[in-house]
Amino acid sequence: MGLFGKTSFAFILHRIFGKKHAKIGIYGPPNVGKTTLANRILRDWTGDIMGSVSEIPHETRIAKWKKDVKVENGNSSLYMDIVDTPGIATKVDYKEFVNTFGLSKDESKQRAKEATEGVIESIRWLEDVDGVLLVMDATQDPFTQVNVTILGNLEARKLPVLIAANKIDMEDSSPATLKSAFPQHPVIPISALTGYNSENLYTKMVEHFGKKRRKKRR
Amino acid sequence: MTKNKDGISVNLVSRQKLDEFSSAEKLEFILKEVQKGKVLVLEHGLTPIEQTELIAHTMKEIKQDTFIGIEIEGYGEDKPSIIQKILGVIKKPRMTVIGPADLLKTVRKDSNMIQTRIIPGKGS
Repeated sequence: MGLFGKTSFAFILHRIFGKKHAKIGIYGPPNVGKTTLANRILRDWTGDIMGSVSEIPHETRIAKWKKDVKVENGNSSLYMDIVDTPGIATKVDYKEFVNTFGLSKDESKQRAKEATEGVIESIRWLEDVDGVLLVMDATQDPFTQVNVTILGNLEARKLPVLIAANKIDMEDSSPATLKSAFPQHPVIPISALTGYNSENLYTKMVEHFGKKRRKKRR
Repeated sequence: MTKNKDGISVNLVSRQKLDEFSSAEKLEFILKEVQKGKVLVLEHGLTPIEQTELIAHTMKEIKQDTFIGIEIEGYGEDKPSIIQKILGVIKKPRMTVIGPADLLKTVRKDSNMIQTRIIPGKGS
């Protein structure tokens, strides 16, 4: 062992080259568990929660954020502004809320209207984040156009992205499918609901989002 | 969208036609055609940034009883080889199919084929 131990050397490197603060957007299609994950992160590091969750899609229709969430990884840490964004979709049909979830017609129309505004808000936030935690449902086909579009957009902007393969507590989940679908990005299997593997996610978040990068603005 | 007994238009749009447009014009063209109930197959698809813009524009155009949004499927950009990069060949988005969400449904997609279904009785 030289002058510095392995950990302290990494610590010094991080102090010199690492970032101290990053604004991280939690993105993904509706109902993949974005708010559940935001709540998990906040509960673990601040004792707070971000917002309500529901099985009805588009529960989050206005972006919510929490500033200065300190996430630690051994000797290094990163302050993050966590932004929980509304789900991105290419269509919003109020009849789905009526027929599948039994909401009233008026309530469904209002929800659909707010959902469309939420999608636009999510897309606007892409201009203002330093990195993205892209949440995908590990029980679903990952090759959806929304996933591919978001990832392509982040790559074009040169924004760092971590893919959270969520819902691995479900029997039919397949995080391996997600990993093979997007081999160019780190994929962390997690259960935002149970907290399974969240420690690994936090480690990766500090490592990945803590690196200094030049961001490409559009 | 109203029922149309004459059938559904599926328009194949050439790369040349799309290249004539700026990004904004391209999105306007696509959205107008799709709102009319047409299915478009673009020979030369949209960049991820354009696709994201198209989603945002679509959300602004949603009319709850007549237009619920779009179905879009396509393949990612071609990745140029090192030699192509040296020669200045830019990444090109590939074929994309776009239609009204209440008319066009994606059945299956893999790296070789996008399988869609058109719901009869709608569109133009």
